[in-house]
Amino acid sequence: MSMKLLRLLSRSGPTAPIARERLQILLAHERGLRGQPNLLEILREEILAVVSRHVMLDSKKVNVKMDKGRSVSTLEVDIELPYGFDKPIAAQA
Amino acid sequence: MTKVLVVTSGKGGVGKTTSTAALGAALAQLGEKVVVVDFDVGLRNLDLVLGAERRVAFDPINVVQGVAKLSRALIRDKRLENLWLLPASQTRDKDALTDEGVGLVIDELRSKFDWVLCDSPAGIERCATLAMRYADEAVIVTNPEVSSVRDSDRIIGLLDSKTVSAEKGEQMNKHLLISRYDSARAARGEMLNVDDVREILSIPLLGIIPESQDVLRASNVGSPVTLSNPGSPPARAYMDAVRRLRGESINMMVLSERKSFMERLLRRRAA
Repeated sequence: MSMKLLRLLSRSGPTAPIARERLQILLAHERGLRGQPNLLEILREEILAVVSRHVMLDSKKVNVKMDKGRSVSTLEVDIELPYGFDKPIAAQA
Repeated sequence: MTKVLVVTSGKGGVGKTTSTAALGAALAQLGEKVVVVDFDVGLRNLDLVLGAERRVAFDPINVVQGVAKLSRALIRDKRLENLWLLPASQTRDKDALTDEGVGLVIDELRSKFDWVLCDSPAGIERCATLAMRYADEAVIVTNPEVSSVRDSDRIIGLLDSKTVSAEKGEQMNKHLLISRYDSARAARGEMLNVDDVREILSIPLLGIIPESQDVLRASNVGSPVTLSNPGSPPARAYMDAVRRLRGESINMMVLSERKSFMERLLRRRAA
C-alpha cells in the first residue's frame, strides 16, 4: 500500500501501519549505509598491511575512498610514502 | 559457565536500568549468583533503583584502574543474598574507564558469578560501547515506538561490529525485550505491535513487559518489581524472560494490567 493512501485512510484510523512502513524504509536505507564504511575499513587495513611489508608507513597516511556512481563505481587509494622510503633499511638506521 | 549479558537500547528512557534490576533480581530469586554492573559513569542510577544508593561508599573507578580490590566495590543486596551490585563511578571523567581495565574487571566477575548483567548507558558513546564490549549475549530493550526501534537497530549494528565476540567472527546472541507494551493500544493499531517490532529488528523475542504502574511503584521504593510485587504482570513477564535466558521454553504471553471498571471510567474521563 502506498504511503499516501495509508495516510489518507488513517486520518482517524490506526497509525501503527504508517510507523511500520516508515521504519522499514528508513532502516533498509540505514543498514545499507552501515555496511559501506565497514568494507572500506577492512580494505584500508588490508592495504596497509600489504604495503607495510615492504615500506614503513604511517597508518594515518593511508586513505581509502569509495565513489558509488550509477554506472561506474571507483575505489580511490591514496597512500603518502615517507621521505626516503626507497633507501635501503640499513641506510635509514 | 558464566554468561555476560549487556542490557542496551541506544535510546534513553526505555527501561534499561529498570530491566537490568528486574532481570538480575529474578535470576537471583531462581538461585543464580548474579552481579549487576552499572556502566553509566557520571549518571549512575542502578544503585537507586535497587535501593542501595546509601551504601555506595567506594569509588569503583579505583577498581577499573587496578588500584583497589574488586571486593571493596561490590555491594550485596540486603534482600537477596545472591544478588550483587557494582555501581558506576560518579566521576566526571568518562575516559577513566579504559578498554583494558573493563576487560580485567569483567574477567574477575566471570570467575565469581553465574551471571554478569551490564547496564549500558543510553547513546553510542564510549561507556555504551564499553558496556557491550565483553558481552556474550545482549538484551535489547525496545519500546513499541519509532525512535526506540530505530535506535535499537543501530545498536544491533554495533553489537555485530564493535564487540570482542564480533571481532572473533562469532555471531552474538541477541534478545529482544519489548517494554512499556500496551496490548489494547496495539490491538487498535495505535501502537506498533509485537510482530511489527520483531519483524523489523529480526531478532528473537525474549519477553514482553506490559506498561504498568507497578514498575514505577517498584523504583519509587527501590525494590525490583519481581521482589516488591511478584504477582504483578510486569514481574511475571520478567520472571518468564529470565527462565527463557536460562534455556527453558515458556509460552510467550502478553500480560496486561487488569483495570477495574472505575479506573477505566476515570481514565476515559481524563483523556
